[in-house]
Amino acid sequence: MAAPLVELRGIAKTYGRGETAVHALKDTDLQVYPGQVVGLLGPSGSGKTTLLNLIGCIVEPTRGRLNLDGETVYDGRWLRSDLRRLRLEKIGFIFQFHNLLPFLTAEENVAVALDLAGVPGAEARRRARALLDYLEVGHRGATLPSRLSGGEAQRVAIARALANRPRIILADEPTAALDSGRAGMVMDLLRRLAIEQQAAILVVTHDETIFGRFDGTVTLRDGRVVSSG
Amino acid sequence: MNLALRDVRHNLGRFLLTCLGLSLLLGVVLSMIGIYRGLVDEALTLVRAPGADLWVVESGTRGPFAESSRIPGDTRDAVARLAGVAAAGALTFQSVEAAHRGRTLRLYVVGYEPGRPGEPKRLAAGRPITRSHYEMLADRRAGLEIGERVRLGRDSYEVVGLTEGIVASGGDPVVHLTLKDSQRLQFELDPPAARRELARGARPAGLDTVNAVVARMLPGVPAVGVEAEAARWKHLGALTQEDQEGLLLKSVVEKARRQIGLFTGILLAVSAVVIALILYTLTMDKVKAIATLKLIGAPDRTIVALIVQQALAMGIIGWSAGTLLILLAKDHFPRRLLLLPEDALMLGVAVLVLCVAASGLGVRLALKVDPATALGG
Repeated sequence: MAAPLVELRGIAKTYGRGETAVHALKDTDLQVYPGQVVGLLGPSGSGKTTLLNLIGCIVEPTRGRLNLDGETVYDGRWLRSDLRRLRLEKIGFIFQFHNLLPFLTAEENVAVALDLAGVPGAEARRRARALLDYLEVGHRGATLPSRLSGGEAQRVAIARALANRPRIILADEPTAALDSGRAGMVMDLLRRLAIEQQAAILVVTHDETIFGRFDGTVTLRDGRVVSSG
Repeated sequence: MNLALRDVRHNLGRFLLTCLGLSLLLGVVLSMIGIYRGLVDEALTLVRAPGADLWVVESGTRGPFAESSRIPGDTRDAVARLAGVAAAGALTFQSVEAAHRGRTLRLYVVGYEPGRPGEPKRLAAGRPITRSHYEMLADRRAGLEIGERVRLGRDSYEVVGLTEGIVASGGDPVVHLTLKDSQRLQFELDPPAARRELARGARPAGLDTVNAVVARMLPGVPAVGVEAEAARWKHLGALTQEDQEGLLLKSVVEKARRQIGLFTGILLAVSAVVIALILYTLTMDKVKAIATLKLIGAPDRTIVALIVQQALAMGIIGWSAGTLLILLAKDHFPRRLLLLPEDALMLGVAVLVLCVAASGLGVRLALKVDPATALGG
């Protein structure tokens, strides 16, 4: 089997100190391999978003080791100084409410991620159009997010997450704002991406209708992994 | 990809409305500076009009503009005989109000001796005064036409020529009369007052009094030496043209300068606060977008540029529109508005600096935005 793209060893996160300390995540181990779509399940406050933030290098763990795409990025301290660059190159984010920039068209929303990575303007546009076509929203490229349907907006957001060909995709409730039909389409799309691009995809969700579409699930409760499989 | 430009495009109406408000504010600032420049220019116009090198006034006074000054009319002959003096002329100055065609005219009357220093150098229309009495030259600002008659005191004067741009420091248009006419206007008593003076045995007051004598030097002769010579007469004082200009600016214009300077400063501060509040509000509206940008890997400089570029665009558009507005409206101001390119440019630079400083609040807010805000909890 290939090496895991996401690997957590004894990762913990505690907010605050002393008696007021909140242990959001406790000694968590996790591996996600290329081509896998893993669901992060659990009730509110169980630590799902904290786990996503830790893997996304947005929040610093309290202890443990974090490997991303074969590189140890945290081992008691951050080993990479430029976490922004790391996110830009290796991680794609998909949000619950798509989080498209309201002042950019669909095509510009995708191109902006490429632009930030230093891809020249014309090339960024070309690749953005190709991605939108791939996700079957190419005809909406010049449309502002406020005029896209929920499903279209989410596909544009997925295109943006894929723009820099990340190997790790973190999705936070990507189907919460969609009806069951569109939710199924988004999950099919993520599955296709995982296979075609050999990416590791972690999906935080409460949506029971998509539980069956994961290669594996990790269930959290009170900051601990209570089941995985 | 320029995010600031695209954000402006998305909120174009609000952005343009903000720029309009800012342009009105900056227009007022520029008009304040223009009014001050106009004030200085107008004040100096009257002092420079005689083309004098030396001003001889009453001893111990700083006349005739900063303080009143009265000296005998024959002082002109004495000054004209001083070594180095090419020509001298006696002058009177006074403010009058005249009822004319149903309105009140505020005029500044200058009495001069035709053919001597003090005569207006150029006429915009008409002819110089050629008769000894009852003719006047009026500045265009007075709104008088050639051939019109205006009653000043007990006599009527016919406008025979028009000058342009000669006004007093208070903005009143200047009219020129012959020295004799102006002396009668200023010093002659009304008949009842004259009768009272006679009844109490007082001698009739002489009219041969002037407010100042101006002199032109021979080429190469400095006015400073002659100034000391004139001041040797105990009843006279003397000032060079530079002294007179400095005095006028210091005494007459100084308060107005400070007043306008303070007002300009307050307006600039108000502009800065307005820009800062607008940028802060615009940034607040974009917190989610900024968090998303940070999360997908945007560096701080991209976020800072988004805010600062909008601030600069606001400043540049506001300044340009404000300047254009004042250029179009300047002739409709009651007082002269003198717009100098360097003033407009300096204001432009000040506005740019203010915009960058004012964007600090928004930048601070944006840099504090946690990328995790973009993710649900």
